[in-house]
Amino acid sequence: MTGMDTQEHQIDLGHLMAFDPLHHFPSPPTSREELVKECLQKGTVLVQLIADALFNLPSTEDIDGPLVKLPPPMTRLPREKHLPKPKPPTKWELFAKAKGIKNRKKDKIVYDEQTGTWKRRHGYDRVNDDKDIPIIEAKMTDEPGEDPFVKRQAEKKKRVEKHEKNRLQNLKQAAKVGALPSHIQLAATALPITGTQAAPKKASKNELQDIASMAAAATASGGKFDKKLVGEKPEKHKGKYRKFLPVVEGTGIGSQEKQQTEKVLNRLISKNSHEILNVDKAINMYNVKKEKKRKNQRGKDSSTSSKLKPKKQLQKKSLKKGGSSKKGKSK
Amino acid sequence: MLKIKTPKSGKAKREIEKRAPKLVESGKKTLILQGTKTSNVLNAVLTEIYHLKKDSAVRYTRKNENIRPFESGGETSLEFFSLKTDCSIFVFGSHSKKRPDNLVIGRTYDHHIYDLVEVGVENFKSMESFTYDKKLSPKVGSKPFIAFIGEGFESVDELKHLKEVLLDLLRGEVVENLNLAGLDHAYICTAVSSNRVFFTHCAMRLKKSGTIVPRMELVEVGPSMDLVVRRHRLPNDSVRKEAMKTAKEQPKKKVKNVSQDVIQGKVGKIYVPDQQVGSVALPYKAKGLKRERREAKMKHETNDRAPKKQKENSE
Repeated sequence: MTGMDTQEHQIDLGHLMAFDPLHHFPSPPTSREELVKECLQKGTVLVQLIADALFNLPSTEDIDGPLVKLPPPMTRLPREKHLPKPKPPTKWELFAKAKGIKNRKKDKIVYDEQTGTWKRRHGYDRVNDDKDIPIIEAKMTDEPGEDPFVKRQAEKKKRVEKHEKNRLQNLKQAAKVGALPSHIQLAATALPITGTQAAPKKASKNELQDIASMAAAATASGGKFDKKLVGEKPEKHKGKYRKFLPVVEGTGIGSQEKQQTEKVLNRLISKNSHEILNVDKAINMYNVKKEKKRKNQRGKDSSTSSKLKPKKQLQKKSLKKGGSSKKGKSK
Repeated sequence: MLKIKTPKSGKAKREIEKRAPKLVESGKKTLILQGTKTSNVLNAVLTEIYHLKKDSAVRYTRKNENIRPFESGGETSLEFFSLKTDCSIFVFGSHSKKRPDNLVIGRTYDHHIYDLVEVGVENFKSMESFTYDKKLSPKVGSKPFIAFIGEGFESVDELKHLKEVLLDLLRGEVVENLNLAGLDHAYICTAVSSNRVFFTHCAMRLKKSGTIVPRMELVEVGPSMDLVVRRHRLPNDSVRKEAMKTAKEQPKKKVKNVSQDVIQGKVGKIYVPDQQVGSVALPYKAKGLKRERREAKMKHETNDRAPKKQKENSE
């Protein structure tokens, strides 16, 4: 379908291209404008030829205008990407082909025997869900201690892991041939250095900053004279980490050594003591409260009615009794 | 240990599918960038090429110092950019004393350099310098006509290569159906001498003629320049063979229930399921039904009342 081969013009309708191989310019071309004019003339001739061929193609009417079906282009141009390779069959596909197993189309909605309704096959509120089984009958082979529901879930998890492993194997086979599906990438995860299976945890930004500042301060001068990079934050704990007591004590507040040892002792004792209650403090607080209440009551006595008075008096007395007994015990 | 990475959103998946290799390829995207030094002329040329290919081109405006297409080590950046932007043609402009106003047009295959053509630009006239009736200006993205004139394109090796590269650069999308109302512009390339090509871009005016075919008139619109071929690099034979491979024609998918008849033409079969017209519930309340129901109710009431009356009578 080269189209018109008249006058040795090659027309490639697929690309809307025309080529005139026979024209040659009388050398040297006269002037720039003459050259341009001649080129335009020849160009018009060629374009007219293409249009002739184009408009004579069978056209269909469309809203925007007449549509023509272009023939496939003649000049072959190189592709930009390689041809997609066909996917190698997966292990299941090979097995199914060997056994003659055909893929049967499954319905999305299935009848659930248990509830007697139509439920979907996969997803929320599905048929045969593990959590919908109310009773599992015990078999002779069951051990008395194990939970059959947990056992079912564990089996399902194992099955899912096996499926994932198989899928990975299939993808690896495809990647070897070079036919990995375009939306999937196989990425190598970091290998654990120790014998454990756990992958090394990625350090967070704050952790890294702390470690970096610690490393920076590990020099003899404590990192004081190091050049700081742009954007590096100053250390959180600058300067001395240990505080030593002065050799000669000045006059003033009190013995610093005594305070230091007291602090240490209190901490030790508080850790080992089982009574969290500070007994002396509790008693003092209670007594103070009591005094205040008594004072308030004496003030209110004149204003309140006689009906309410005796009851309150009784209650107070009982409390007093309780308090006094407590006192005795604690001491 | 390998991990399977899949795109987590539909949009990401669609973008990746767009970049995957396909059996039938559509238009190539162009990357337009520049080197260490450019001149005014070169800047204008690059911007105009970008405007001509607005929809399918990417323009990088920074200078790239380490791109030297013709040297062995200087192509890595180009290949990386081609991978990043999914462009398979690039136009690289640079200016030096030895090669003033230099344009390197190259193509990639599988994001590796396939071939290169180096041309110098002379006598450049930009789009603004042409005066014409604004109604004629071509629209972005319309398929252009391309015309090559001159025996040089067949006899001289470099010009043959340039012809192929220019065709690839200018052709736009590969389409099967073309709307004849949307033809507005044409590129004319003339081989003036054995190393010089005169390139110009014209708008087309279709005038009424007696027949279906309109009469074409070309009006110079766009940039016009002289391209002087300097160097070129042809592709490797093995790579060329691989790139030129086309997919075998796939057996057309069978369309079910459609057959071709000589007399009637295209005939299709439609299977209609069994419809029980009487037992289907109506979505609206039919007036007739209402009346029926009312009458039935009244009848029922009269029946009810009648026995009561009888009883009374009997009593």
